[in-house]
Amino acid sequence: MEVLKIATAGSVDDGKSTLIGRLLYDTQSLTTDKLEAIEKSSKQKGYDYLDFSLATDGLVAEREQGITIDVAHIYFSTAKKSYIIADTPGHVEYTRNMVTGASTSQVSIILIDARKGVIEQTYRHFFINNLLRVKEVIVAVNKMDLVDYSEEVFNNIKADFEALNAKSTFKEQVVSYIPLSALTGDNVVEKTQAMPWYKGQTILEHLEALEPTDVYEKGQARFPIQTVIRPKTEEYHDFRGYAGKLYGNNIKVGDAVTVLPSLTESKVTNIHFFDQQFDEAVAGSSITIELENDINVTRGDMIVKSNELPKVEKDITTTVCWMDSKKLVAGTKYLIQHNTNRVLAKIDSVKNVIATDYSGTTPASQLAINEIGEVTIKLSKPLYFDAYNDNKSNGAFILIDASTNTTAGVGFIKY
Amino acid sequence: MSSVLKTNALESEAIYIFREVISQFDKPVLLFSGGKDSITLVRLAQKAFFPAKIPFPLLHVDTGHNFPETIAFRDKLVEELGLELIVRNVQDAIDEGKVVEETGKYSSRNSLQTTTLLDAIEEFKFDACIGGARRDEEKARAKERIFSVRDDFGQWDEKNQRPELFDLLNGKIENGQNVRVFPISNWTELDVWSYIEQEQIEIPSIYFSHKRKVFIRDGMIWSHSPYVYQDADEVVEERIVRFRTVGDMSCTAAVDSYAATISEVVGEIRASTISERGARIDDKRSEAAMEKRKQQGYF
Repeated sequence: MEVLKIATAGSVDDGKSTLIGRLLYDTQSLTTDKLEAIEKSSKQKGYDYLDFSLATDGLVAEREQGITIDVAHIYFSTAKKSYIIADTPGHVEYTRNMVTGASTSQVSIILIDARKGVIEQTYRHFFINNLLRVKEVIVAVNKMDLVDYSEEVFNNIKADFEALNAKSTFKEQVVSYIPLSALTGDNVVEKTQAMPWYKGQTILEHLEALEPTDVYEKGQARFPIQTVIRPKTEEYHDFRGYAGKLYGNNIKVGDAVTVLPSLTESKVTNIHFFDQQFDEAVAGSSITIELENDINVTRGDMIVKSNELPKVEKDITTTVCWMDSKKLVAGTKYLIQHNTNRVLAKIDSVKNVIATDYSGTTPASQLAINEIGEVTIKLSKPLYFDAYNDNKSNGAFILIDASTNTTAGVGFIKY
Repeated sequence: MSSVLKTNALESEAIYIFREVISQFDKPVLLFSGGKDSITLVRLAQKAFFPAKIPFPLLHVDTGHNFPETIAFRDKLVEELGLELIVRNVQDAIDEGKVVEETGKYSSRNSLQTTTLLDAIEEFKFDACIGGARRDEEKARAKERIFSVRDDFGQWDEKNQRPELFDLLNGKIENGQNVRVFPISNWTELDVWSYIEQEQIEIPSIYFSHKRKVFIRDGMIWSHSPYVYQDADEVVEERIVRFRTVGDMSCTAAVDSYAATISEVVGEIRASTISERGARIDDKRSEAAMEKRKQQGYF
């Protein structure tokens, strides 16, 4: 079954829990005990509707207890496909969590309270979706029932958001607008009668129509080596297969390829998947490749098509989103993990902090947790990379703090 | 004719994770229970490293209360694939006085497994333990990482987890720590069953309908067995049942079922989602629909 990955973010009051609960309920994905709990609790509170935010109540309860919540994963399915929602609640570590959720999602749902319109949080949410190049953004204008299902309110919010979208650096991003009420179910799964002026799809119709694809964009083919498979059995005595996940584009038997960093040239002779062989593999496949000549290839190396070489540099300029309580400052050393390659890196300079409300940059010398800024990095060995905007998988990296082993930040290479 | 490999995203992700494990750790092990999830893991590991053998052993923490069918299946699988199997017994921990066996009506060895597992991790110095847990199973698991770091005491610090971005898995740990790895984190129960059907993976016979001596307690179907406590007034009867999950005999209840093949099991699970949840939802949906009409009328 195909899987569509969605990211949602926001606080309780914008109706995100209710929207997720409504999606689960209307696709019959809630267990009986959960449903009974929702009914009981709704009745106790004297509501004359079902309080769907309780479908994600585990998270709410945790928040009340003061436990840090980061990304929770919620699963539901229809006859057509499976859905995974990476839900990132909370304000405190908002940016860090949103970036994490967006990094693995094809679709992002931005919730707007129809009474409040576009607010600072909307800016930040959209900025992150631009920066990470999430393919589809759904602007869900929620609580339409509280503004008399007004077309004018919806159109004003849409106009405000379109003004924001004009500042986007990711023009290929598809932005859709849906007026709805998660509470009453209007335009979540079923079309509403209350907004005859809206001719578009409901949220679920929209999601059902999207074709699940690799979250990485199409670009040049990149094959980072995870491990070398050498069975050393009689039957496969000389077998030497390079195992990895293919990104960016297809690879075919007969393709002329170059191995980085050695720049050795070769040709693809076999593409294996388990006990079968194929002439071609599509991006997103975890495959094993055999090359024509016996060359020295190890983990961290990368196979690319010979006419599509990436950049090879020891100095890179990046946008970093910082995720550690210990601040990022110039002169410190981290391990960079870029694909399957780890290289020792020194922070050359922190240039600025980028405002997530599109108001520009402020010169800075350090990045605190949840801040995004431009950072230049010196590497002990060259990295073979693409700009993140040209090739997602080959332009993203994490910074690992060697003293704590924690993942301290994520970066997007500019050049 | 040219053949193009089409990808199953969940399968591809799981294979990728297995290959990261073997590259980032020195002594990985696959925690094998004999249940459908760990059997699925074995198939995925086979795919990840073919034509080489699976490059790590399986560890079975045996409570001594397993279904005999599960143990027979385990031994056959290990032999067919030429795998290394390590078995560590909960009975040994009981005999050594490290843990005390529960007594009474609801006694089970399920919770005693932890001590045996942690001892085995220490004995073999395992640094990565691959398990079949899925995020859809339970709320706490919904927040598990794919690489989940445990401290020297095997503890999970859920408040202080590493962010996992893109496909970039960070398996760097201190000596003495270990990582629990969950390659099928993003699979649902139905995904696992569909995969077993698609791949025609063999699973233990108790997953299919069979005649069994059982008794009813708290509305659940319990196995009649020397390992399961039974009150005198709990009457043994014979029923056609199967198991939906497979653990210890003392903590696994059966369901009434005539599903004798994998496709019938998959069909039953799909249908049960609709009858267990759906039938009730239909009732409730009409209530909600009426409320909706009221609200729409109001406006």
